[in-house]
Parts: sequence; C-alpha cells; structure tokens
Amino acid sequence: MNAINSVTGAKADVKQNLEVADNQVTVGSCFTEAPKMTMRNVNVFYDDKQAIHDVSVDIAKHEVIAMIGPSGCGKSTFLRSLNRMNDTVESCRVEGEICMDGENLYAPKLDVVELRARVGMVFQKPNPFPKSIYDNVAYGPKIHGLADTRVDLDEIVENSLRKASLWEEVKERLHQSGTGLSGGQQQRLCIARAIAVSPEVILMDEPCSALDPIATAKIEELIEELSQNFTIAIVTHSMQQAARVSHRTAYFHLGRLIEVNPTEQVFTMPEHELTEAYITGRFG
Amino acid sequence: MTKPVSTPVNNLEKIRKSLGRRNRSERLFRWYGRLAIFIGLAAVTVLFTDIVSKGHGAFRIAYLQLDVEYNQDLIGVDNLSDPKQLILANWQAVPKQALREQFPDVSGRSDKRKLYGLVSNGAGFDLKDRLLANPLLLGTQEKVWILADDDIDTYYKSWLDGEPYAARLSDKQVKWIGELHDQGKIRLQFNSNLFTRGDSREPEQAGIRGAVMGSLFTLLLTLMLSFPIGVAAAIYLEEFAPKNRWTDFIEVNINNLAAVPSIIFGLLGLAIFINFFHVPRSVPIVGGLVLTLMTLPTIIITSRASIKSVPPSIREAALGMGASKYQMVLHHVLPLALPGMLTGAIIGMAQALGESAPLLMIGMIAFIVDIPGGFSDPATVLPVQIFLWADSPERAFIEKTSAAIMVLLSFLIVMNTSAVWLRKRLERRW
Amino acid sequence: MQATNILILILGLGIFAFYLGRGRSLALAKPLGGIRHIHSLPSYYGAHVALWCALPSLLLLGLWMIFDDPLINSIVLKSLATGGMAIDASSESLLLNKITNLADGVLPRKGEEPALVVAADLMLRLQEISRWSLTALMMTLTLMGFGWSWSRISSTFRARPQVEKVMEKLLLSCACVAIFTTLGIVLSVLFESIQFFRSVPVDDFVFGLDWSPQTAIREDQVGSSGSFGAVPLFVGTLLISAVAMCIAVPVGLMSAIYLAEYASKSVRSFAKPALEVLAGIPTVVYGFFAALTVAPFLRDLGASFGLSVSSESALAAGGVMGVMIIPFISSLADDVITAVPQSMRDGSLAMGATKSETVRNVIIPAALPGIVGGIMLAVSRAIGETMIVVMAAGMAAKLTANPLDSVTTVTVQIVTLLTGDQEFDSPKTLAAFALGLMLFVVTLMLNIFALQIVKKYREQYD
Repeated sequence: MNAINSVTGAKADVKQNLEVADNQVTVGSCFTEAPKMTMRNVNVFYDDKQAIHDVSVDIAKHEVIAMIGPSGCGKSTFLRSLNRMNDTVESCRVEGEICMDGENLYAPKLDVVELRARVGMVFQKPNPFPKSIYDNVAYGPKIHGLADTRVDLDEIVENSLRKASLWEEVKERLHQSGTGLSGGQQQRLCIARAIAVSPEVILMDEPCSALDPIATAKIEELIEELSQNFTIAIVTHSMQQAARVSHRTAYFHLGRLIEVNPTEQVFTMPEHELTEAYITGRFG
Repeated sequence: MTKPVSTPVNNLEKIRKSLGRRNRSERLFRWYGRLAIFIGLAAVTVLFTDIVSKGHGAFRIAYLQLDVEYNQDLIGVDNLSDPKQLILANWQAVPKQALREQFPDVSGRSDKRKLYGLVSNGAGFDLKDRLLANPLLLGTQEKVWILADDDIDTYYKSWLDGEPYAARLSDKQVKWIGELHDQGKIRLQFNSNLFTRGDSREPEQAGIRGAVMGSLFTLLLTLMLSFPIGVAAAIYLEEFAPKNRWTDFIEVNINNLAAVPSIIFGLLGLAIFINFFHVPRSVPIVGGLVLTLMTLPTIIITSRASIKSVPPSIREAALGMGASKYQMVLHHVLPLALPGMLTGAIIGMAQALGESAPLLMIGMIAFIVDIPGGFSDPATVLPVQIFLWADSPERAFIEKTSAAIMVLLSFLIVMNTSAVWLRKRLERRW
Repeated sequence: MQATNILILILGLGIFAFYLGRGRSLALAKPLGGIRHIHSLPSYYGAHVALWCALPSLLLLGLWMIFDDPLINSIVLKSLATGGMAIDASSESLLLNKITNLADGVLPRKGEEPALVVAADLMLRLQEISRWSLTALMMTLTLMGFGWSWSRISSTFRARPQVEKVMEKLLLSCACVAIFTTLGIVLSVLFESIQFFRSVPVDDFVFGLDWSPQTAIREDQVGSSGSFGAVPLFVGTLLISAVAMCIAVPVGLMSAIYLAEYASKSVRSFAKPALEVLAGIPTVVYGFFAALTVAPFLRDLGASFGLSVSSESALAAGGVMGVMIIPFISSLADDVITAVPQSMRDGSLAMGATKSETVRNVIIPAALPGIVGGIMLAVSRAIGETMIVVMAAGMAAKLTANPLDSVTTVTVQIVTLLTGDQEFDSPKTLAAFALGLMLFVVTLMLNIFALQIVKKYREQYD
C-alpha cells in the first residue's frame, strides 16, 4: 500500500516539477577545468518552436559524457548542434555560444568542413556508404587529402579499422561492399570511418539503438578504449549504457538540461527530483 | 603495434591547407548547378519570346478601305437567289474595279496586275457573302474594308515596325500602300479569319478553325475510349488481378508502351486500322483510335497510382459491412480515386493534343479546307496544321504558324493548370 | 445499316433490357415482402439481362468486322479467276484496290475492263448481303439473349455473382488492350518488314551504306540493291541523339542536383515547374523553333566564324531535342537522388565533406543505377523523336559524323516514305516498316533494360 502511495505521490511531484521546469537552472557540476568544448546559453529553434532552452555545459578533454532523457527531450538536437549538423535542416536556428578550444563554432568565418573533420559523428542507424569497406574508411582521408600515398592510405585504413576492433573480421574482404556487413559491424565501420580523420571529438547519437545486445557490448567496449584518445559525447536512451560507458552524465528534460554530474552520482544519488524520477523509471 | 601515421595536429594543418581549393570547387559546383537551371529557364524564356514575337502580329491583319460598287453588269448577277448565276458570277471584279477607281492613273497590264495584287484573291467572295447577307446592296455603292493580300500585310506590318520588308513587292505597290496609308485607307484589324476559317493556300485567308475542330473530335473520341478502358484496366490490375505471370506480362507491356516512340503507333494505325480494318484515312476516327492506344498507358499508370493511394482501411471497412468486391470498388474506391484519375486523363489528353507524329502516318496531313463537322469527316489537327504551315514557303505563314502555336500552347496551359488545380483541390491527405 | 448505328441500337436495347429486368425482379420481390427476399439487388437482375442482350451481339459485330472484308475480297477474286483472269499474288492487292474504288464510285466505271466492273458489282452485292445478314443475326442474338436471361429471373437466381464474373472478364479484357497493342505493333511492323526483306536482303538493309529509296520508283529498278542501305540513317539518328544527350544529360543532371541538394524551397518551387513546362511543349513546337530560329541562328553564327554550317544541321535539331529532354532527365534524376537516404548525406557531411564532395562521392554513386536507367530512357526517346527531326533535320542520307552537316534519321525517313499517296506494297513504303521494326526493337530493348534497372534501384531503397 505504502509503495503505491509513494509512487503516485512522486508522480504528482513530477507533474508539479514539469510545470516549474520553465525557470529551471541546471544543477550539479556543469563546468570543468580545461574543457574541450564549452556551451553557454544555447538555444535551438525549429522555425518558432524552441527545442533547446538555455543549455550551458562543458565537455572535458578525453572524457565520455552521456546525454540521457526521455525521447523528444532535445538531446539529439543538442548533439547535432555540436558539429553543426543542424545546418542541413533548413528551419533550424542555433543561438548562444558553442566553443571548442575557445573557438566559437558558429563564428561566421569558421569553416564547417574543418569543424566536422575535428568533430566526427556516428549516427543512430549504421549508414555505411554503398562502397567497399576500404573505400568507406578511406573516404574521409581522401576528401581531406590526409594521405599522400597509397601506402599511407592503406595504413590509415588499417589503423582505423583496428581501433574500431573490426580489422580482424574484415581484413580478408576489404573490397567487398560495406553494406554487406552485419548491423554491429556496420556501426563499427562507421566508427572506423569517423576516426580515420583523427577527430578530436566524436559525437555518438544512440549508436547502439539499432543493434543486438552482443553488438552493443562490443561497441561499448570500443567506446571505452576510444576514450583514451578522443573526447566522446554520446546520446543514449539506455540508462544502463550511460552508466557503463560514461564518466559524466547529463540529464535532459523537455529541452532543458536538468542535471550534470559524475555518472556514479547521477545513478546513485541524483540531485534533482526529475533525474531521480527518470532513472528510477517512473516515466520516460 | 602500428605506428601512428596521423595525429590531430598535423591532420588539421593538412585540412586547413586544402580548404581553399575545396571551397573553390564547392563554389564552382554550385555555379554549374545554377548555370544548368539558368540554361533550362533561358530555354523556356527564349522559346516563348520567340514564338510570341513571331506570332503576335498574326492576330491583326491589314485591310484596305475601298469604294466598292455592286455593279450588276460587272458581276454578272441580277438575281441573287439564282444559284447558277452565283456560281458563274465574277466576284473578284468588284474589288478590282474599286482598286482601279482608287488609283485611276494606273495603266498597262502588268501594273494593273500588281494593283489587283493589293487585295486578297478571296476578297471577291467576302464581298459576295456580304451581298448575300444584305441583298439590298446590289446595285449600290459603299465603303468597305477589304482583306489585303498577305504580302501587303507582311510589308505593312514591318513598315509600321520601322523595318520594312518589301522583297516580294514592286516599288509601285510600295508607293500605293504609302498613299493608302496617308489617306488612312489601310489599317490593321483584328484577324477574325484566323479563328473562323479552315486552311487555305492563301495565308491571309487561312484559319485554324478546321484544325481546332479536328483536334476536338479526335480528342473527344480518344477520351471516350481511353478513359473507360484505362480506368477499367487500372481497377482490374489493382483490385482483381491475381499475382501471376499473365498480370506481370500486362504490367511490363503497359510500362513499355508508355516509352514506345509515338511514330510506331502511327505505323500500327496505318497497318491495322487503315489497311486491315479499312477505316478511312484522314478522319478523326482513326486519329482517335491511334491516340487512344497511345494515351492508354499514361491513363492506366496514373489511375493505378490513384487507386493505390486509397488506404486499405476503407476497403476493409466496406468488405467488413458485407459489400461484394465490386460494391467496394464501385462505392468506395472509385469515388475516392476519381480526382487522381481525372488528373491523369487530362494529362493524357494534353499529350494527345500535342501529338502529331503518328497522325502524319494515318493521313491527317491532307490539305483540308472544309471545317470538319463530325468524326468521319476528313480533318487535320492543330499540331499537324502547325507542321503544315511551318513547311509552307510563304513568309506570312511563319506568323500564322506562331499564332497557331500560341493557341495550341494556351490550350495546353489551360489543361495542365486545370490538372494541377484539380489535384490540389481534390487531393486528400490520409 | 452502318456499324455505328447498329452499335447505338444495341446499346439502347441493352439499357432498355436493364430496366425490364430490374422491373421484373421488383415485381417478383413485391409479393415476397420486399427486395431482401430475392437473392440479389434488382439492379443486378437488370444488369444480367442487359449483358445477355448486348454482349453476344457486340462480340459478333467485332468478329464480323474483322472477317467480312477478307471474305468478300476472296470471293470476288475467285470469281475473277474463274472468269479467266490471271491473278498472281503481287497483282492481287492492286486489283482489289481498283475493284474497291470502282465499287465505291471513286473511279469512273466508263472505260474499265468489263470483268472488273462485274467484280465491282459483285462486291457491292456481297457487301449488301453481309450488312443485312449481320443486322439480322445481331437482332436474333439480342432477342435470344434477352429471352434466355429473362426466363432465368427468379427469386433464387444468383444474379450478382454471375454479373460480377462477367464484369471481371470485361475488366480483364480492358487490361489486355495493352497486350493487344504490343501484339498489333509487332505484327504490323513484322509482316510488312518480312515482305520488304523478300525484295531487299536483310544484310543489304542493315549494313548497306547507300540510302536512296527514290530510285526504286522506276519500274526497272524495284528493289535494286544498294539503295536501301540504312547505315547512314542509323548514323544520322545516333549523331542527332548524341548531340541531344550532350546537352540534356549535363544540364538535366546538374539542375536535378542543384534543385535537390542546394536550392532553397522557394527557388525549388519556382524552378521545378518552370523546367517541367519544357516537357509539356508539343514536339512540333520544338521542331518549328529548331527549323526557323535555331538553325538559321547557328548558320549565321557559323558563317561569322567562317564555318559552313548547314541550315539543316544536326546541331540545331539535336540541340533543340536536348532542350526537350532536359526535364525528362532532370525529373528522373530528381526522383533517384531524393530517394538516396538522408543518412548517406549526413554520414558524408559529418565526415567534413563539402556538399559537392558528398554529391560526387556518395550520392551520385549511390544513385548511379537509377540515373543510368533514366539516361537510357532518354536515349530511347531521342532515337524515336520524330517531329523535331522531320522539321529541322535534312532529307538526304549522308554518312557523316560532323554535327554541322545535315543528316537524316530513321524517323524522318519513315515519315517521308509514308506521307503522300503511294502504293502500299512498293518496297519504298515497306522500307518504312522495316525502319519502324528497327526503331521498335532498339527502343524496346533500351526501355526494358532501363525499366528493369530503375525498378531494382527503387526496390533497393524502399
């Protein structure tokens, strides 16, 4: 009886809090020392509809930051604004300041080509190009002119595939189509493709949502390894995944950043009631 | 272990170095795209301006004002109700006489012939019609505006535009026109002949009425045949056809027929309809049959698409009420799919209206003066009329051709916009 | 009675029968307590009667129209043959033509051979008999059908399934019109072509370098070898099509790319329909434009550079044809480009590729099968295009690859050979059908192949 009461009570609380969310300030440790990326007062609009409200947060160098929250909370939109992928959406407008190494990403003179070479991205659904495995990985280095010789290129491809723990599985069939791989392999191929240009930051937009548990485990393992060399921001709908792979976790709710804290803390003693309500599965 | 070949730092330098070149090629590529669009739009503009600039003049035509006398002796008629007299009468004598009076000092056979050349050689018959409409005029005099010859018309228009084209006129004729102009006895009038008459060898008398009527009859037959057959075929293929080889074969056939060159349909019409079934040549029936076969694939394909767009839930609802499959189709699917089908039919008809190649094969390029009054009268159609006029050597026919094209294009524009309008208006979002 | 009159009469009777049948079923239903006590709705009974009334006699009418002329002709010819006239296969059709014209009163009877006049009278008589017997037979059939279906109306008669079965057959036959059309095309061009190849060997036609069909008019030169070599026509067709594709492919493709990838919504909503206007313009208008505007312009332009450009140059015809094909390619290319999933673009852009790099390296390769299929359809259209070349290309068959020169094409020759009045069986007219056969076979192969590619491509991204 009591349990049920407390649950319904909490739901009522949540409802109340949803209403006060309008003047919500982010709780927890948003800011870090020597950040790789800093976001200040970011607002994102689709036409007149505001998708992100006033988000300020830092991402530290070589950390894995997970962004969680109920679907439609804007976490993907926020992630996509970090390498300006939102530019491809005509109606999308970003306000506020997003900096990497102190440089504003939305400055008019900044070249998005350069930016995206520095901030790579892995998508929800594996999207290998309809080319060979080799060409998929070589694509970035080729367009950016990173390899002077064929040997260099071979080496970059091999390295990237190794880093993405895919080399052993595909080294015999590098020239077969990338679309013929299994889902998990395709996603690792996409990761290999992203790291072939040695970006500084890798954004991952629910990279495992289309994969089975075994493939997911492999990717998660990979993320951990990659975090030694790269800064990673990952959006995930799975709290367990966030708990497993990330150093810090940011909780988004209805376009607002509610709480940012070390992952352990978020999952053991969240500061905000909304966070708590979400991680204990009361909604989402 | 493999040695690290690339580090973020030296990569960044490479990327920055390449940026200028890549952005330049990006801009270039974008300009190629703009250029392509521009070429396409320029083609549309040039085409339309060219046609309009060539053809706008044809809607007005030169008339001369003459004092004509309906002299009974001159014409050779004293009783207008006697058909024999009417046939034997010398109608052209009336404008000739009037011209002689206008320019009394012209003498000599060749000069006189040039003088008579100022008016259309159909002018006498126009006066006859006038006289027959008002028999009291016989024996009287009146001032009448008479249709000028096409060369005169061409010259007068070009002279008004400031670039006189007198290649086909003699100096004397030019002088006479100048005099007439000074007296206000030559002017441009709305060219009603263009819309009320059939074809003629004389450009000033030629009109598109015959061709328009021919097109009308041909299209009417095409619509009557191709729409029901096309819709029936579409209904069968979408709602009743079992998935088997035979229906696959029908589908392949339909898709291929949509891409078969139109002239092949002309060969079919010639060999099957004319030589085998002995349908007479040059008549709207055979034209309509050929165009039916040609437009059928278009109508079937669009009708199928619009049947497909009716959601299955409606079908299930009808069947669930105990309706038979035919009742379901007839009462529910067909009314919902009809707007799309009509759109398809209009587009198909627009295609058929512009089509000429197959009709050349089945004799619809005969020179036909009479305006067809039915499906079995010899006829030509508007695009073929354009083809015939474009082939004519007379300069005045260029203007006529362009005007006929303008009429054809306006028909097409009306049809296509109504198709678009219909689609927008009746489109349903599910 | 005219066939059309019979047709109208039968249809009228059918409608009448519908109401009779419906009325009878209603009358049946009344004492039973309403229409729910008979098996089908009254209109189905009506339809059943109407179908039985009209369909059999309409079928008869169709068959009759196919078979009566050949039958009458053969009887007339037989009567001539028994009358002692020597008839061989080649003069048969000529003779028949003459008799038909005599019978129709097109030719004056005075001064004709008496045997022919007799034959013409026989033909007229036979036609009369045929007409009357047809009318009588159709009336009988109609009445019999009516009586039969009328007698079957009862409260338990399953009218609806029967009517629906017939309806399905009718719908099927409508769908089969497409097959009959293809069949008709194949048969018509094939038969005439076989006749043609009897007098001109196939390899002379396909590989011959000299095309001058006019020489065949003279009696002593009928089918003389060498005058029906179609290679110059093929070359001319290919030359003009090549010029057209040189314009249409880059412009069409680039505008499709620009509209799909770069253009803002407002530009797209304006430019796309504007380009499609080009597709709606009749070919005869393009022909006029090519012959009277573009060709003289190119000739004068060439002259100002000291080049001699023919006033019927392949460049003018091909160029205008290219403009005509632009919207065809651009809309097909637009379809396949927009069918490439957005995730491909995102993947490439997220790597830091510029838009043009994305287009060139990812989108075009992914869309390539669809684009190739579209281009093949466009080639097939260019090869079969008639009016532009008839009006703007030349008549003389020249074996040249110079686009400034005048060439002729397959379609131009078909039109020239078949317009105007000539004997239907001369090799000259038959040659047109042989050309038609070539045209049909080539375009058919292109179409089937291209449609297959496009279909596969669509399925890939569905």
